[in-house]
Amino acid sequence: MLIIKEMNKQGNTYTFIYSVVLVVIVATLLAIISLSLKPLQLKNISNEKRQNILSSVNISSTAAESITLYNKYITSSFIINEKGEKLEGDAFKVDIALEYKKPVSDRKLPVFVADIEGKTKYVLPVYGAGLWGAIWGFVSFNEDKNTICGTIFDHESETPGLGAKITTANFQNEFKNKKIFENDDLKSISVKKGGGAKGDYEVDAISGATITSRGVQAMLANYLSCYKQFLNSK
Amino acid sequence: MSSEKKSIFSAERLQLLLGPLSKNNPVIVQVLGICSALAVTAQLKPAIVMGLSVTVVTAFSNLILSTLRNTIPNRIRIIVQLVVVAALVIVVDQLLKAYAYDVSKQLSVFVGLIITNCIIMGRIEAFALINKPFDSLIDGIANGLGYAMLLVVIAFFRELLGSGTLFGFKVIPQAFYSFGYENNGLMILPPMALIVVGCIIWVHRSKNKDLIEN
Repeated sequence: MLIIKEMNKQGNTYTFIYSVVLVVIVATLLAIISLSLKPLQLKNISNEKRQNILSSVNISSTAAESITLYNKYITSSFIINEKGEKLEGDAFKVDIALEYKKPVSDRKLPVFVADIEGKTKYVLPVYGAGLWGAIWGFVSFNEDKNTICGTIFDHESETPGLGAKITTANFQNEFKNKKIFENDDLKSISVKKGGGAKGDYEVDAISGATITSRGVQAMLANYLSCYKQFLNSK
Repeated sequence: MSSEKKSIFSAERLQLLLGPLSKNNPVIVQVLGICSALAVTAQLKPAIVMGLSVTVVTAFSNLILSTLRNTIPNRIRIIVQLVVVAALVIVVDQLLKAYAYDVSKQLSVFVGLIITNCIIMGRIEAFALINKPFDSLIDGIANGLGYAMLLVVIAFFRELLGSGTLFGFKVIPQAFYSFGYENNGLMILPPMALIVVGCIIWVHRSKNKDLIEN
């Protein structure tokens, strides 16, 4: 200690030791805090996922009640691959962001089955790219695996007030009761510019957010085609 | 340094505490931290959380750096300040993610951007590095609260006029809407935040004539 006290405080050695000590102390503290808060943060993230799945079948929930409601309405879940074959594993734990990077034939595709007042709904995750970053969400289908029951979208960093509007109920409600199959061909949903979207396969784009809107369209087309086998099997 | 002790709440310290709340307010007088004041004030709840987060960061960064002030080598002064502020911001961010997840999602990048809030570095450079720890702590808290107060006032008007709610609860009765009243969508967007800040500065200066520039 005495040596340090007598050192020149503006000298190189002192400056060097000072910065090393400071950085090591700060890094240790941050590591401890991050590790001790991790379990709580992970719990929040999976609660949010449950809330999103529930919200795609039009059930709103708070974080606290999400587990009870999830267990009540989501009766089963399983993982399939592109060919529609069932795979081993817990569907809830599949990381969609990670699967998105794999080639389509290797992707694990989770399916959540909900039972809403006696009616079966299928909830499928979707994932894609917006303008600035990733966009994702859940789409739920009625028993016919054709009519959309509800959607929920979220994003990483779309422009507030423009692309970020995909998280609003106004945009998400447009998808309700739309259809994705024309006869047996997967048509998916196209996002139309200029308003006045009509018919079963179109919704209005968000004005000022062309690329995000197109991203939603591409995300749906891409991910629903992965599920084509599953959706086609009646 | 003088050896005589100041009482815990001397007139000087009271001034330290009250100054930033009005005549020396960081947002409307020093015009610091405007960016986040525009961004997070569409609703009251995120505004309050943001205000408190900034208060915590200014208070502790002032306290820590004031305690260290005689040991910091002058050449890496700014780097040391940044390391301390950044560490505090990360702690706040992690705590919000663990205990107030929905608010932390709403605030998104703005929690991380507290690092760049001019109030924090400004107070460290101008005050904490030349004053004792306890005074610096008071200065940090006062400036943080001065910022928080402004955020709350702006958010109050923006949420009330923009969404017709306060803290998410409806306060404008349905009868008003039946008579043709509509929420002002512009209030939700950042430009109106700037105009609200302008109005607050106008009112504040007309009450404090000595602040008006010639």
